[in-house]
Amino acid sequence: MEIAFYITAAITLYSAVRVVTDTQPVHALLYMVVSLLSIAMIFFIIGAPFAGALEVIVYAGAIMVLFVFVIMLLNLGPGTVKQERAWIEPRIWIGPAILAGGLLIVLSFALGHDNLHPISAVTIDAKQVGIALFGRYLLAVELASVLLLAALVAAWHLGRPTYKR
Amino acid sequence: MSPELTTILVTVAQGIVILLVAVLVAAYLSWVERRLLAWWQDRYGPNRVGPFGTMQLVADMLKMFFKEDWIPPFADKLTFILAPIVSMSAFMLAFAIIPITPNWFVADLNIGILYFFMLAGLAVYGVLFAGWSSVSKYALLGSLRSTAQSVSYEVFMGLSIMGVVAQAGSFNMIEIVNAQQNIWFIIPQFFGFITFFASGVAVTHRSPFDLPESEAELGAGYHTEYSGMKWGMFFVGEYVGILLVSGLLVTLFLGGWHGPLLPPFVWFMLKISFFIMLFILLRAALPRPRYDQLMSVGWKICLPLTLINLLLTGAIILWQQGGGA
Repeated sequence: MEIAFYITAAITLYSAVRVVTDTQPVHALLYMVVSLLSIAMIFFIIGAPFAGALEVIVYAGAIMVLFVFVIMLLNLGPGTVKQERAWIEPRIWIGPAILAGGLLIVLSFALGHDNLHPISAVTIDAKQVGIALFGRYLLAVELASVLLLAALVAAWHLGRPTYKR
Repeated sequence: MSPELTTILVTVAQGIVILLVAVLVAAYLSWVERRLLAWWQDRYGPNRVGPFGTMQLVADMLKMFFKEDWIPPFADKLTFILAPIVSMSAFMLAFAIIPITPNWFVADLNIGILYFFMLAGLAVYGVLFAGWSSVSKYALLGSLRSTAQSVSYEVFMGLSIMGVVAQAGSFNMIEIVNAQQNIWFIIPQFFGFITFFASGVAVTHRSPFDLPESEAELGAGYHTEYSGMKWGMFFVGEYVGILLVSGLLVTLFLGGWHGPLLPPFVWFMLKISFFIMLFILLRAALPRPRYDQLMSVGWKICLPLTLINLLLTGAIILWQQGGGA
């Protein structure tokens, strides 16, 4: 199982890098779908099939479809590829890359030191997830639903037909 | 051979047989559909090749193999080739969770029905990329329609079967079938059945929800630029979709293999054939709605219906258990 984890993790990282470096927008989105799928795969490997399934349904199946939808409508031609290529220059990405690298060092330092415990081989099923969501994390769930309600109202407001006064 | 290895080999063989048969049956459905449509419309249909025209499929396949498999020079090659593969394999893989008899199934997953939603969500990409990579107005319009349709209908498709899941107490397909020993879920979950059926037709892009490929307005919709085997994969993919949705309807709402007297396999086949014919009859009988009508039926009627159904189901289950704590 460990080998499966490392292979999937490598695919995730590679596709995540390609999301940034690919100059063709739709191909970049395709890589993002692949990276989401491999994250779902990792969920399956560590024994959280419900989280993995939701990752695919919600992120890869719904949110990314909307992303691709919008990008398709923008009708980006070969001009965009040229523009993107001009943007990916060392002069532009070197600064953020150094800063992110610093964060990575801090993160690996923190992870390498204390309270690490291996992932248990227990499978977490849908029922346990439900109990956790509507027990311990009830407040977070309610807050998230308020946020979604606000988004819904905003979408209605933007999409409503405008009448002449 | 150790007994474990034998079990693994038998399971793998079973899986391959089931999926191969599913693809063959799906391909054969094209002939079944044409004959049935002809019969209902008072004409003959394809009856020349072989007895009753049964070999029509072979003729069609030979024709398709020898067609030039043309990729437009302006197309985006990677996604153009990927699209039909995604389109067909997503529905085929989803077929793995349908239990045909208590012993005949490909995969017994504990996330069961969620696996189908995963693949139904990914199947959208086939159509989406086909439309985009073809660089053609008709294909793009078709794929836009299809995406909007699939995404809207998948929302309440998931909700429509949550009543079944709540009553069976599991996502697992075999446990759902076993929970229907006394009463088929079509009776307590009638509104779930209706909405799932509607969304199933919409997700497979079958008439009357076939606006993505409505030939009168959009050429052939998202697969306008496809030819040869790639087009064939879209075509077979659609029939695999019919088979899959029929199989799901049987397992979720009609008690799967349960039934008196006859063996389980026969019952499953009878029920699935009924739904396949219903799909074909729908195409023969119903006109195609306007696109905005399609969307408003989805969001304004089906979605509230599934939500109310889910609420009532939850209330009844709690009431039967003694009103909760």
